[in-house]
Amino acid sequence: MSSSTNAAHPPREQWQSQIGFILAAVGSAIGLGNIWRFPGVAYTNGGGAFLIPYLVALLTAGVVYLLFDWALGHRFRGSAPAIFRRVNPRFEALGWFQVGLCFAIITYYAVIVAWSVRYMGYSLTRAWGDDPAGFFTGDFLHLLSSSDAHLTGDVVGAIAWPLVLVWVFVTVIMALGVAGGLERMNKVFLPLLVVMFIGMVVRAVTLPGAVAGLNSFFTPKWSALADPHVWIQAYAQIFFSLSVMFGIMITYASYLPRRANLAPTGFVVAFANSSFELLAGIGVFSTLGYMAQRQGVGVGEVEGISGPILSFVTFPQVISMMPGGQVFGFLFFASLFLAGITSLVSLLQVVSAAVQEKFGISRRVGSIAVGIVAGTMSVLLYSTSNGLNMLDVVDNFVNNIGIVGSAVATVVLVAFVARRLPELHEHISQHSAKPIGAWWRIFAGYITPLVLAAMLVLTMIDLVRNGYGDYPGWFTTVFGWGSLALILVASIGLSIVPWRTRVDHFEPIDLGFTPDAELDDLEASR
Amino acid sequence: MTPLALAMLVFSLVLVWGGLAVAIINLRKNPMPYSDEL
Repeated sequence: MSSSTNAAHPPREQWQSQIGFILAAVGSAIGLGNIWRFPGVAYTNGGGAFLIPYLVALLTAGVVYLLFDWALGHRFRGSAPAIFRRVNPRFEALGWFQVGLCFAIITYYAVIVAWSVRYMGYSLTRAWGDDPAGFFTGDFLHLLSSSDAHLTGDVVGAIAWPLVLVWVFVTVIMALGVAGGLERMNKVFLPLLVVMFIGMVVRAVTLPGAVAGLNSFFTPKWSALADPHVWIQAYAQIFFSLSVMFGIMITYASYLPRRANLAPTGFVVAFANSSFELLAGIGVFSTLGYMAQRQGVGVGEVEGISGPILSFVTFPQVISMMPGGQVFGFLFFASLFLAGITSLVSLLQVVSAAVQEKFGISRRVGSIAVGIVAGTMSVLLYSTSNGLNMLDVVDNFVNNIGIVGSAVATVVLVAFVARRLPELHEHISQHSAKPIGAWWRIFAGYITPLVLAAMLVLTMIDLVRNGYGDYPGWFTTVFGWGSLALILVASIGLSIVPWRTRVDHFEPIDLGFTPDAELDDLEASR
Repeated sequence: MTPLALAMLVFSLVLVWGGLAVAIINLRKNPMPYSDEL
């Protein structure tokens, strides 16, 4: 590809098969959050009763915004900044904001994948001994206490070298391209993940005490349904889990051929992601039931039921107790690795595609450049003894404010400022086996954005009033609010830089349909 | 398992995994030629 100014469009890469696209989209959606977030969120928000708001959120937000993203990506066929620029030239910064969120996430997401690699090995020897918590925070991470968090440059070698290997691996996958790298990797890794995870769950449900764990997980607390917080948690879970509204699904859909089948494929991807989450809930709570029985306590008294502590402290405790725990542990951490790496490459593709198109550089050069920059930041920031503290703060702010804010901004700009919702609706209908009803437009444009806006406002009020965790105020200001401010400023800056490809020489697929905004322009010109 | 927990387990499996099965059947019943043309 030419690197000269205004280089012509190279032929756009393309998924080689519908199953390849489905596996890549499912691989992106199924990530660490499916395994370590969903079970804990469901349990603490009504148990079995949580499934009702969860399913409502799946249909009214998950499927709806998956199709919204796919319609944007498939119709405007480019990286996130190119797509938003094609919707309206003033919106390019929103695309870069989504790229920035993905960049921030990949720098720490890769670290957790690297931890999983180390723990696959550790579980074979139960290297944590009798104290998995002390091993994880002390021997492994050399972690500073959250109240004592400060800037430090002491890289921990045990984390750094597997992290470098992870970055080399994902950079090679990216450089091999959409069909040769991402599609091929997902065709191997996703079935492998499902088989390994099912093996782990089968072992978990046959453990003594598993029934008590499942009783705790599925027994409904009906009063939770009257709590708005529970409904917001259900929408948040679906939203974060499906990887919607921050560039990934837009970018993936831009590699579909023209004659794609969007709506039926969207339902498959959304339900596949939730099916895996439910499986994870069964596996995790069966395991916690076993642990509770061995400790002689109730399942509700077991601590560390979500997040990194569930995976790297609680599960190692169970692995130590269990006969044949080494195999169980290996399957668990291998599953974490596979779920993490398939999501990591999807995040990286958002950044790599944007850089390639903006600066007119080849796929290989773009992938290597992004891999080196992001990998270096990842090692320098997150493999230090302060890594977990920074990861925790950045993750909270980027997800709960950055991604939700990006979603609200996307709906407001695309649906209300550019008035493209009818056009996207028509695009989905014309690129699906059957047209989709008006329900899609009602939920995409009106009802679900209100829930997302409520989530955003409540989270911001809580963070401003109470801060986050035990961290010093300056620490959350610098790494939480500061990260978001940096992404915002960089987004605006990048949107001003001239394109080195012909981004504006683009015609979307003719729908035989005139969007409302264009009708208004015609009316005004008469 | 308690009857209530078991009922919720079955309800969840039927809706989520059943939903996946229906979605896959629907995709297979409504195939659209996957074209390489651009």
